Amino acid sequence: MTRGIVPYGTYVPYWMLARSRITQALGIPAGPGTRAVASYDEDTTTMAVEAGRRALASAPASMPAREVVLATADPPYMDKTNAVALHDALGMTRSVPAFDMSGSVRSGTAALRYAQYAPVPVLSVLSDMRNGLPGSSDERDGGDAAAAFLFGSGSQVIAEPVAHASATSEFLDRWRLPDETASHQWEERFGEHEYVPLAAEAVAAAMKEAGITAAEIDHFVVTGVHTRAVKAVQRSGEFAAGVVADDLTGIIGNTGTAHQGIVLANVLDTAEPGAVILAVSLADGAEATIFRVTDAIDAYRDGSSAEHRRSTLRPLDHAELSYMKFLTWRGHLEREQPRRPEPTPPAPPPSARHEAWKFGFTASRCDVCGTRLLPPGRVCIHCGAVDRMAEERLADVPGVVANFTIDRLAFTPNPPMVAVVVDFDGGGRFRCELTDVDPATVGIGDRVEMTFRKVSTSQSIHNYFWKARPIREEA
Amino acid sequence: MAAKGIRDQVAIVGMGCTHFGERWDKGADDLLVDAATEAFASAGVSKDDVDAYWLGTMGSGISGLTLSKPLCLDYKPVTRVENMCATGSEAFRNACYAVACGAIDMAMAIGVEKLKDSGFSGLVIPKSPSDGTASDLTAPALFSLLAPAYEKKYGVDPAELKEVLTRIAWKNHHNGALNPRAQFRREVDKATIACSPIMAGQLGTFDCSGVSHGSAAAIVVRAEDACHHTAKPIVVKALSFVAGPATGTADPSYDYTTFPEVERAGRNAYREAGIDDPRAELAMAEVHDCFTPTELVIYEDLGFAERGQGWKEALAGTFDLDGELPVNPDGGLKAFGHPIGASGLRMLFEAWLQLRGEAPPERTIKSISEGRKLALTHNLGGSPGECVSFVSIVGSEPSA
Repeated sequence: MTRGIVPYGTYVPYWMLARSRITQALGIPAGPGTRAVASYDEDTTTMAVEAGRRALASAPASMPAREVVLATADPPYMDKTNAVALHDALGMTRSVPAFDMSGSVRSGTAALRYAQYAPVPVLSVLSDMRNGLPGSSDERDGGDAAAAFLFGSGSQVIAEPVAHASATSEFLDRWRLPDETASHQWEERFGEHEYVPLAAEAVAAAMKEAGITAAEIDHFVVTGVHTRAVKAVQRSGEFAAGVVADDLTGIIGNTGTAHQGIVLANVLDTAEPGAVILAVSLADGAEATIFRVTDAIDAYRDGSSAEHRRSTLRPLDHAELSYMKFLTWRGHLEREQPRRPEPTPPAPPPSARHEAWKFGFTASRCDVCGTRLLPPGRVCIHCGAVDRMAEERLADVPGVVANFTIDRLAFTPNPPMVAVVVDFDGGGRFRCELTDVDPATVGIGDRVEMTFRKVSTSQSIHNYFWKARPIREEA
Repeated sequence: MAAKGIRDQVAIVGMGCTHFGERWDKGADDLLVDAATEAFASAGVSKDDVDAYWLGTMGSGISGLTLSKPLCLDYKPVTRVENMCATGSEAFRNACYAVACGAIDMAMAIGVEKLKDSGFSGLVIPKSPSDGTASDLTAPALFSLLAPAYEKKYGVDPAELKEVLTRIAWKNHHNGALNPRAQFRREVDKATIACSPIMAGQLGTFDCSGVSHGSAAAIVVRAEDACHHTAKPIVVKALSFVAGPATGTADPSYDYTTFPEVERAGRNAYREAGIDDPRAELAMAEVHDCFTPTELVIYEDLGFAERGQGWKEALAGTFDLDGELPVNPDGGLKAFGHPIGASGLRMLFEAWLQLRGEAPPERTIKSISEGRKLALTHNLGGSPGECVSFVSIVGSEPSA
């Protein structure tokens, strides 16, 4: 039976840093274009949730994910599995295992291969935040994003991997010690010298396995940790115009572990049935995968709403960020905080008791009168019934701003804090933070949706919970 | 089942109130000694005459030892109570009930708070371990939610509402400037108030009550015993306290233009005191003006103004010192700051002075010379949608 990608989804954060801002601030040439920046309340886990939600939103009901894997080179926690918060935020049941593949950029390929070869539907999420010191090429050329793919079997597969080949080699090109925030890279011509032949080797082997020639390749996707080598490999294939896929580094930057997924998803957004995609990823070797797009992709696009499409860099979904805010969010500019106590970290026992609420935004609904209650409770606020509540997940239910305020005194990494009282479609009210917004634009009656965020980090504990964000629709 | 109340059964026979402010020179224990000593002298009694004590404090000490140790009490019962911003009033309520039931003859209610020793701005509420899902908004932000809601419901332009809120702050500072015990003893002109830096929503610094230290105390006895201590006892007419179900934060029908808890506490108190028309019958009211829109909404919740009309009444001066119903004649939380445990008793202290005709001439309200004999004190703790509220009615005559 055909096995491969069924639905997919990507997430590129709201905020974009124009490289010209770096030039303005530091007086160094930073080139044209923009890079995507995870908000102060995002990390690789929260971005993975957004990408995962978008993938699952267009997944067939008959194909629930039976495993979830999360690949990142920037895990928010060590020792603790980050994929479990992802699992919960996606509303997955306890019987679905969640695994991390963390540490190196190449783990993104591992997550995709694991999902391809598993016997059950597997959601594979690639997420990364790329950091560099101020003024560095990594700061300028990096990006933050996540991509999610549900692999399964059957007629609904839209892209089938038909061949895969590796060329693995140990050489020191890019590395980072566990306690470092910025990477090191060796002199770049050496890396290029190593990577280009490895790519050629993997590509040749994959094409041989698939039994195709270069002329049959419709889309050539090249991503990797070495910018110069990626460009060289893109040029090496002697493909017709339009075959080499835009690697999106000009707009969102190189998103590391996530990048092969982001560029592949961008190609899948418009690929024709029958198209052949050759994807090469350069990270401590080369991995080449050949996908064949199936006839199911037309039906997928028709039926899957705009859910995955809206992620592909719709201008409406993005706003420009100042370089000073970028530095602040990345911890390179330590700013005075208000004279307020630092956030108290969540305590593990109450967090565990309220797991479905905290991580899955699962509220309760009264069986007797139908009233929704957020946070969930045992006694109905409307009819008073006790212990007659059913769980109801509201993560994907939009709402309207019933009231709002802007708190200029609260402790937040991004003052001022914007808070909204949200009345959810179908009932229920909750007060929470509003994120990804210009405070000056908030108003009563605005439409909002929920998004999984990192509220704060204190005492080495990340406090994950849900916030609202504006729904941005074409006028 | 309706609470019967203790109308005319208990009387205040002595009170004390420290100067409120940034009392860096005094600890909570010093402030307690100051307030208690003044109250004992006021009633002409000693600490040994008092049978039991109720101490209100949110965070300046735990247990009865917080009071018994600095006062060196002789093995007396001391109950430490906390009920957010109604803490001081809650100490008073329980002391009154203990006297009314006959278990003891004389009780002291005393409240204290040292808020600024923490070094933080504004109020810091102690927290229990949690799941971290409650939004961590400051009090100004929570109460600022009242303003846009009020504007929307009653079609008041934001600039117009700002003028109303500014006038409320101006009025309370005007009153406080006449009060030697107030934290802020200066009038503040309206332009300064209106242009103060924004803290949250539409609220500027001058829309927020101050943060201060202070203590206040009351000594209560059964009404029939009051004549042994003073010729002018202040009689308790009603004590009402409610803790709301806190559904406003979860119920879309709550519109942020009212505190149902305040409305309910007021209604209970009026019933106990036999008041039909508070605006016409009360001589004065000390209300919980933690933020200017709070006072506006309270006018309507306590029946001082019709729904949607409070803003017009505020502009018309109805609640000014020389208005029809003076509200916060002592300067309120605005001029006194809000040492949580002390505020409710500080409000009673103003009622005590005014009803006994002991307020200084420049602050004396004319409603009393016109024959009104009742005063109301009010607190609310929490935030819109989830709060507790207290209302007392006291009077200068047993059968007023």
